[in-house]
Amino acid sequence: MRSFAYERPATLPDAVALLDRHGAGARVLAGGTDLIIRLRDGTCRATLIVDVKRIPELLPKIEVADELLRIGAGTVMADIASDVRVGRHFPALAEAAAVVGSVQIRNRATLAGNVCNASPAADTLPPLLIYGASVVAMGPAGLRRIALDDLLARSGTTTLRRGEVVTAIELPLPIGRVGATHVRRTRRSGHDLASVTLAVAIDDAGVTRLAYGSVGPRPLLVVDHTGAFADPHAPEAALQEVFDSMFAEARPSPRSMRAGPEYRLAMLRVLARRARQAALDRLWES
Amino acid sequence: MTKLLPIELTVNGSARSLDVAPHHTLLDVLRDELGLTGTKECCLVGECGACTVRLNGRIVDSCLVLAVEADGGEVATIEGLAPPGHLSRLQQSFLDEGAVQCGYCTPGQVLAADDLLRRNPRPTVAEIQEGLAGNLCRCACYEQITQAVLATSRAASDDL
Repeated sequence: MRSFAYERPATLPDAVALLDRHGAGARVLAGGTDLIIRLRDGTCRATLIVDVKRIPELLPKIEVADELLRIGAGTVMADIASDVRVGRHFPALAEAAAVVGSVQIRNRATLAGNVCNASPAADTLPPLLIYGASVVAMGPAGLRRIALDDLLARSGTTTLRRGEVVTAIELPLPIGRVGATHVRRTRRSGHDLASVTLAVAIDDAGVTRLAYGSVGPRPLLVVDHTGAFADPHAPEAALQEVFDSMFAEARPSPRSMRAGPEYRLAMLRVLARRARQAALDRLWES
Repeated sequence: MTKLLPIELTVNGSARSLDVAPHHTLLDVLRDELGLTGTKECCLVGECGACTVRLNGRIVDSCLVLAVEADGGEVATIEGLAPPGHLSRLQQSFLDEGAVQCGYCTPGQVLAADDLLRRNPRPTVAEIQEGLAGNLCRCACYEQITQAVLATSRAASDDL
């Protein structure tokens, strides 16, 4: 690995100042499960690594307050997958966190890192999108909240500004009954990246929020207000119409080694049907 | 010249003070500085699990952890699983079940299995496969490895 300087700021203002001063030459290190790989293979050429894991505001912590679930930026996938409150209020997120990488990866990879890495195939992004998650970031101009949908620009790129550090991810607690699930398609079971990753939430008013990834430069959120997706007796033609509209923006890369575009587009509909059934079952048993 | 950073670690119960380069991983330091070569270098992208160690009570891929990140932490490697010259019950089960062929992945497999049994003393076959999904075996001893974990689990529950 090419050499770099390493700083472990003890406070959030120190971290912001370091990142602001060094700009593109600095990278934030949380779990490192993506960053260390990229530092080693040379696709990331940072000269300064800023390890944020010991900043008090970013410590691993999941709390419920003010109608929000707040996940501290240092919280790892293993803790999200096993958290009772996440499982109760946001089961699709718990399911997605549980399939990221392996035990070793989930013990290290953070949710905030998965968000900032902005991979089109990130499994936690579709659940966070359907649940209306926001990212809390501290920067030179102060603290701001960014809707996740506004944060994701394209593969590997977010709208975070120079010097900004994500401190937490916030999810509004659902109002009323919601049935939700996360499903994915991989080449092998176990430890693999998703060829298609998709999450659905259906509420008791018949509104469906569906998000899907690994079929374009960023994960996409679509909302069905027609009620057709949520209607278990919807005629096939109506359902097809909803799918056509939901997946109109899917643009799978022809260069991916994981799956061809035709396969991914076909699997989107298969997974959407499976997720719809599971979400409806959960809605009515909740 | 790379500036070295001082770190303190507890490795298999012993306190160690070291000066490390920022870009050296925990794997590099365990093998090259501390001579603990039971931890293997293989894929270097967090897919194969050959470099698995326990850091602060949780298994991690040590190829994806900078040594300096482990500062102040507790590390357990395969060398610390049993006293010198002895095998843990899990290690003995790996031998008894023929779960070791070339042996390169074995330290990582054993540490992942040890971690699984600590969290879940009576795992099902599916739970073993999930718990060890981050450890690849190119000799494909998966069946024997699963049997070794099951045998260890049964032996432990017979003791109760």
